[in-house]
Amino acid sequence: MLHVAVATRAFRRYSTYRAATLSGIFTNSVFGVIYSYAYLALWDANPTAGGYDARDAVTYVWLGQALLMTIALWGGGTTDDLAERIRTGDVAIDLYRPVGLVGWYLASDLGRAAYHLLTRGFGPTIIGLVVFDIALPGSVLDAAAFAVSLVLAVVVSFAIRFLVASTAFWLLDQSGVKVMSGAFAIFFSGMMLPLVLFPGWLGTLATALPWASYVQVPADIWLGKHRGADLAAALGFQVVWAVVLLAACQGVLRLATRKVVVQGG
Amino acid sequence: MAEPTSHLRTYGQIAWLWVRAAWQYPTSFVLLAVGNGLITGLDFVGLWIMFSHLRDLAGFTLHEVALLYGSASLALAIADTAIGSVERIGTYIRTGRLDQMMTKPVPLLVQVCADQFTLRRLGRLTQAAVVFGWACTFVDWTPLRVLVAGSMLISGALVFFGLFVGFSCVQFWTTDATEFANAFTYGGATVTQYPLTIFPREVMVGLTFVIPVAFVNWYPCLYLLGRSDPFGSSDLLQFASPLAGVLTMAAALLVWRTGVRHYTSTGS
Repeated sequence: MLHVAVATRAFRRYSTYRAATLSGIFTNSVFGVIYSYAYLALWDANPTAGGYDARDAVTYVWLGQALLMTIALWGGGTTDDLAERIRTGDVAIDLYRPVGLVGWYLASDLGRAAYHLLTRGFGPTIIGLVVFDIALPGSVLDAAAFAVSLVLAVVVSFAIRFLVASTAFWLLDQSGVKVMSGAFAIFFSGMMLPLVLFPGWLGTLATALPWASYVQVPADIWLGKHRGADLAAALGFQVVWAVVLLAACQGVLRLATRKVVVQGG
Repeated sequence: MAEPTSHLRTYGQIAWLWVRAAWQYPTSFVLLAVGNGLITGLDFVGLWIMFSHLRDLAGFTLHEVALLYGSASLALAIADTAIGSVERIGTYIRTGRLDQMMTKPVPLLVQVCADQFTLRRLGRLTQAAVVFGWACTFVDWTPLRVLVAGSMLISGALVFFGLFVGFSCVQFWTTDATEFANAFTYGGATVTQYPLTIFPREVMVGLTFVIPVAFVNWYPCLYLLGRSDPFGSSDLLQFASPLAGVLTMAAALLVWRTGVRHYTSTGS
């Protein structure tokens, strides 16, 4: 129950900034329009590139814009609070509490993601539907699988952001690592270009890395590219990374706790 | 005209202060610079991958798109390094720092732009310069083309200066709408990475006369590449970039003045 309360409060906290939300939706939509035309030009020259058709490609663009903030692709979200508390030493107080740090911040990040999905996710999707006639999930199963995949995407992204924030235990300032991690996330999530277009070994590598769960996997599920066992495998891929990375978060936290005690907070 | 030079010197001093402050976290400093170079570098890799599926994008080859990409990226990097901090003006208003700045004997715009100056954009600057340099080796150079290329970079930076300052002023009216400006600054930069032929005619007209990012690289690059405008616009536009730069800047300064006059402190 505690974690639900944490999530609800995070949701409400983010919902305070209405103008920021509106201007964000506007910006996402502008980028959606730009990339749509770029992809239309690409698929006009090569109508079957990456196994997508033009409509798939444009749908992919708008899904990417909708997911951008929901999964906090650039980093940030509630893990930024953690990094700041590590820098100031306040984290020592958090570590006293009888609640796990990972669970606490995960709950709060899920609350944030829910808010961003409802606003920054739905906003651009509706614009994409109206202006570019993007495709909707083909069946109820696809839609449900997409919803599950989306939650997993947030969890994987959270775990990576938590690890990035944890570097502040050693570096005091997370911003450098955060930018590096953001750069990889943009490229390997398929945000910049669908991973289906990546050639040869680069494509194999990109689809095996955890970032693929951010955009490429949910988008392919939405587009109905995964069916049956393939669908289970796609979701399984996300589950494996979520479990591995959350375990890594716990491990890093244990190492860091020792360090905080040595330093005296 | 001693004033502008003294403002420039003050700007330099404040900027240097922030560079030294950032250096207190050396690992972060280096990672930020490398990371920013990486973001834009991977951006170009993205274009490269796109071209592995195509011979040309809306009539333009990889070399030509690289010229468009490099010149726009360079102009943005220059503008962003110099005055990118102006984006944060909403935060200054909310926290009351703008009031503090107003009491100091240095023009407000100089202070706001120099505040939290960061050299992390060096990464982007370097990457853009490399792509631009590479693309330049495919251009048939004439003295006039060299001149146009030089003026393109300066005017491009001016246009982005103007967009950054002008659209950040929205925050004088609504303090948490930072992202609104991004649609025009970074959005403008993204638009200019592609040949404008991928867009419908109306978009091209808007990018020429409303948000003049077409002058950042599109028109001058057409001249460098010896191509006439696919939309059939006048060739004169290919030399109009300096004018567009100055006009954008002037409009932005006007908006800035209006914004500052409109500003009332939050009282915090």
